[in-house]
Amino acid sequence: MARTVWDSSVGKKTVMAVSGLIMLLYLVVHMIGNLKIFFGAGEFNHYAHWLRTVGEPFMHYEWTLWLVRIVLVVAVVAHAVSAYQLSRRDIRARPSKYVHKKPRASYATRTMRWGGIILGLFIVWHILDLTTGTVHPGFQSGHPYQNVVDTFSTWYGNVIYIVAMLALGLHVRHGFWSAAQTLGVGSRARDRALKAVANALALLLTAGFIAVPVGVMTGLVS
Amino acid sequence: MKLTLRVWRQKNADADGAMSTYEVDGISSDMSFLEMLDTLNEELILCGEDPVAFDHDCREGICGACSLVINGDAHGPERTTTCQLHMRSFQDGDTIDIEPWRASAFPVIKDLVVDRSAFDRIIQAGGYITAPTGAAPEAHATPVPKPDADFAFEHAECIGCGACVAACPNGAAMLFTSAKVNHLNVLPQGAPERETRVLDMVAQMDEEGFGGCTLTGECATACPKGIPLVSITGMNKEWLRATRKAAKR
Repeated sequence: MARTVWDSSVGKKTVMAVSGLIMLLYLVVHMIGNLKIFFGAGEFNHYAHWLRTVGEPFMHYEWTLWLVRIVLVVAVVAHAVSAYQLSRRDIRARPSKYVHKKPRASYATRTMRWGGIILGLFIVWHILDLTTGTVHPGFQSGHPYQNVVDTFSTWYGNVIYIVAMLALGLHVRHGFWSAAQTLGVGSRARDRALKAVANALALLLTAGFIAVPVGVMTGLVS
Repeated sequence: MKLTLRVWRQKNADADGAMSTYEVDGISSDMSFLEMLDTLNEELILCGEDPVAFDHDCREGICGACSLVINGDAHGPERTTTCQLHMRSFQDGDTIDIEPWRASAFPVIKDLVVDRSAFDRIIQAGGYITAPTGAAPEAHATPVPKPDADFAFEHAECIGCGACVAACPNGAAMLFTSAKVNHLNVLPQGAPERETRVLDMVAQMDEEGFGGCTLTGECATACPKGIPLVSITGMNKEWLRATRKAAKR
C-alpha cells in the first residue's frame, strides 16, 4: 500500500496533505504557547521548561519533546520531498508556455512553491536562532524569554520573522483547503465552511505569531 | 469586422513552431469562431499558402474535437466550446492570439492540432463497464436514486476535449479523469469495477505524463461542460477508498 501511495501523484498529494496537517496542528499549539510571553518572563520560562518535562514520570526528561521533534522532522521531510517530486512532474507536464499569458489563480495559490521554500529556510534559521543559538550572539541556554527579546531587538530578526509569518499565512490559506480536497472531505456543501476555516487559521496563526515581535518592538515585552 | 490573428504555425510534430500574423476582413459577428478560421483558410488557399490545421467535427458543442486556446483561454472568453463561440464576443479591430493545447501529454501534430490519444488510453484503463451491452435495457431494470442519476449525468457531460489540461498550469488531467471516475462509480452498473477503475485510470494518467493537481481551479473555469472542481475531490476520495480496500485483500 505504501508503494501504491508513493508512486501515484494522488498518493503523494495525500502524503503532503497529512504531513501538512500535522505541521499545522503543531503550529497552533506553538502559537498559543508563544503568547505566554505576554504574561512575563517567569511564566514563559516556566512553560518552556515544562515542555521538557511533559509526560513525566512515565516519560524521561525531554523524551516527549524529542518524540514531537522526530514526528515534525519526518513531516517536514515528507512534505518537502513530495512537493519537490510533484513540482518536477508538473513542470515536465507543461514544457511550452502559452504566448498569450493571463494572470491566473489567487496570490496564495501561485506562491505555494516559493512560499514553501521560504518557510523551509525560515525553519532552519529559526532553530539555529532560538533552539541551538548557533546564529544568535549572546544566546543563553535555559533563558528563552531573554533570547526571544534579543532576537526581536534586531531589525533583521524582525524582518525575517514577519516575512516568514506572512508567507505562512498564504501557505496555510491555500494549503488547508487543498488538503481537505486531497483527503476527499471537501464537498459543495462544505466548501464555504472549509474556505472560512482556512482563512481563519491563516489569519490567527499569522497574527498570533507576529504579535510576539510586535510586542517586543512596542516595548510591551522587554 | 476586421481582425488581426496571431496563429501558432508548426509544420509537423518535429518542427519548431512560431506565431504567424494574418489579417482577416469581412467577418460577421454571427459567424462562429471556426467559420472565421474557415474564412482565413479560404484566403490562404487562394493565395497558394498552407491552410491553418485545426480540429473540428460536430460544430454543435457535443463532440469535443475543437481545441483552441484563444487569447490565453481554452475555448476562448465564453464558457463554451470553440465551435459555439461566436465572433460577437470580439470587437472590430481586435488582435486575437490562437494557440494549440499545451501539455507534454498532448504533442502538437500540426499547427493547432494536438494528439489527445492519451485520453483514450486513460478511458481504456477503466472508463467503461464490463456488463454485457447490446440493445438498450429496460430503463427501470436497475433502479438508480435520483440524486445519483443527476450526479452521474453531471459528470457524464464531459466531452473529453482536453480544455482542463490546456488550462491547468501543471498540464494535469485530473478533471477529465475524475469526471469519468465519478460518472461510473456512483452508478450500480459501475459498481463491480469501482476500485480497479479509479486505481487503473489514475495510474494511466500518471503514466501518460500529465501533471498533478494543485487546486488552482483553472480546469473547472475552462470546462465548457461545467464539470465542477469538487469532482477532483470526489476522485481523491474514491482513490483513497480503493487503496485502503486493495491493501486489505
